[in-house]
Amino acid sequence: MDLEYFFELFLGGLTRGSIYALIALGYTMVYGIVELINFAHGEIYMIGAFTGLIVAGLLTLLGWPALAILVIASIAAMIYSCAYGWTMEKIAYKPLRKAPRLSALISAIGMSLFLQNYVLLAQTPDFLPFPNLIPEFDFLEPIEHIARSSEILIYAVTAVVMVTLTLLIKFTRMGKAMRATSQDREMAMLVGVNVNRVISMTFILGSATAALGGVLIASHIGQINYYIGFLAGIKAFVAAVLGGIGSMPGAVIGSLVLGWSESFFTGYISSDYEDVFAFLFLVVILIFRPSGILGRKESDKV
Amino acid sequence: MSEISEHKILFGWEEIKKSLLTCIWFMFLTFPIMVIQVNTIHRTVEWRWERLFFVGAGAFLLSFLWRYMIRRKEAGIKREETAQNTHQDLLQRLLSNPRFSRPALAVAVLFFLTFPLVFSLYQIDIMTTALIYVVVALGLNIVVGLAGLLDLGYVAFFAVGAYTYALLNVHFQLGFWICLPIGGALGFLFGVLLGFPVLRLRGDYLAIVTLGFGEIIRLVLENWNEFSFGPSGIANIPRPGFMGMDLALHQNHTYIYYLMVGLTVFTIFVVRRLQDSRIGRAWTALREDEIACQAMGINKTRTKLSAFAIGATWAGMGGVVFAAKTTFINPASFTIWESVIILCCVVLGGMGSIIGVVAGALVLKLLPEYFRAFSEYRMLVFGTVLVLMMVFRPSGLISSVRRVYRFEGRNKLEGQP
Repeated sequence: MDLEYFFELFLGGLTRGSIYALIALGYTMVYGIVELINFAHGEIYMIGAFTGLIVAGLLTLLGWPALAILVIASIAAMIYSCAYGWTMEKIAYKPLRKAPRLSALISAIGMSLFLQNYVLLAQTPDFLPFPNLIPEFDFLEPIEHIARSSEILIYAVTAVVMVTLTLLIKFTRMGKAMRATSQDREMAMLVGVNVNRVISMTFILGSATAALGGVLIASHIGQINYYIGFLAGIKAFVAAVLGGIGSMPGAVIGSLVLGWSESFFTGYISSDYEDVFAFLFLVVILIFRPSGILGRKESDKV
Repeated sequence: MSEISEHKILFGWEEIKKSLLTCIWFMFLTFPIMVIQVNTIHRTVEWRWERLFFVGAGAFLLSFLWRYMIRRKEAGIKREETAQNTHQDLLQRLLSNPRFSRPALAVAVLFFLTFPLVFSLYQIDIMTTALIYVVVALGLNIVVGLAGLLDLGYVAFFAVGAYTYALLNVHFQLGFWICLPIGGALGFLFGVLLGFPVLRLRGDYLAIVTLGFGEIIRLVLENWNEFSFGPSGIANIPRPGFMGMDLALHQNHTYIYYLMVGLTVFTIFVVRRLQDSRIGRAWTALREDEIACQAMGINKTRTKLSAFAIGATWAGMGGVVFAAKTTFINPASFTIWESVIILCCVVLGGMGSIIGVVAGALVLKLLPEYFRAFSEYRMLVFGTVLVLMMVFRPSGLISSVRRVYRFEGRNKLEGQP
């Protein structure tokens, strides 16, 4: 066991964890407010990556500098993912607010299937190469052999997003309304919170972070297809549950734990069973500690 | 009077404005993914502007329909709240009327019995596949429709059945007829094994855990080369023989077809009997209210577990027939989306209603075969069906009729002086 290999796995896990965190935040926020497993959230991430690819491809042909392309592609991806998230909520979830939970979940699965195949048919079933938008920073040269600059950028962006979201939820009016809605929707309505707007806002925020994750990871890995959302979505969901669904710091901790454990598992034990490991993790957590690390215990009410 | 005002609402200026906005919004929304195709290798861009027009026109028209349907749904809810009449559809009334249902049943029986005599081999094959789905969907209907447990890893039991037959045949040369009950039994066993740990979970968590289990089984089959021959799968699985005879291809397909018809009838019979039995009523009660159900003295663990296991049994048997019919299986046939398709059959037909599920499975399996030209849109349509069914008709096309017990003693009592 040499130290450098360990360090490499550690950083690899941190990268995975950061991306999971960006997606898991959306899951956990939506669950906290509407108590719905937004199964199609992974698809929003995928659509973000695709929009990013299209915009980046166009701008590359025009010969823009890489960093400018990255910024514009990220912003475009965020705008479009927000739009998709918002529309999805209006079509597939809003009419089902009062319906049984399972109906909403089935509707979410349908939405996920729809979006996957929509991108498959409108774009392509093949893997598309994603342009490498993140330049190698000069000042990172001494540690280049263990951490690429794209990884450093992912950590930085994730950290900034976490802090911004936390501040948004702690200090703005909207954040306050969101917290109120997640505690008790009816009571929030009674004190004049526009619950519909809060729910829309939650979907928009979650979609934006997922899109950011999509563009960053696509640029880091270098290729995308229509199916990337499913696995990423499930794993981020595992992370959100692990941390305690509904809790934002929990989602981050859960994502990092999942990222590291996956990275070490594949590095030291077996890379064939990487996804099996993630699913086992999911099953074990849900069975033994469904409330997660930071989650509050829920009991059924009559 | 109300008709006129409805039309006014539907085609008024306000409505057109709303639809125009929807139209513009969807054109914006689908713009990059529908219109632009960038080829990063050849450095070319393809603009497909004509698609934008189709999206716009489609969104404009569909938004009218959407709002009309939403209004109808809301009106329906209000009507139910004000008047407690048990509103039944035309279809349901027809089905519950013996003067219609008996001849219909006779026609259906005749149709299925003479099917291989009339149609070609290809048609028989398609129908056999559809019937396999009917059986499997009826099994899932026990879990989802009756017991209300959303199982997203159901296809895993199907895989268990298929691999049971394939592996037992490769290693021990066991025949189809021995493997059919073994497949069912293994399905049952896996149902208990996987069901046991997840029983404490709430509905949506249960769905995700079963999804996890389903994917684990598929991934293990894909990676464990020594056991399951990995992603390349198992080929040359023998078709079932008839009394030890080997049949010609055409005969064999017809034979499997009749076998499937028999299995379907058997499944329908058993599920019907189960539904009305003590345990069937316990499932329904559990679906409606867990806590009340426990208070009535129903053993929650046993009831849930039995739903899981019995549902899995049918998937196991369906899997054996599937392996025998296609003669080739590999893990790619058992992805989560296959579970979703089976779920779609149950949801479209009507959760809990046998005839609904049968119809749903037949429609969803046969239509894509006959509309080959649109086959690539199949999954897109399935997704849309799931969403629309949940939004507008959660009870499915043919919803299950709830048993109603009316207390008729009161009128008599009140009538007495």
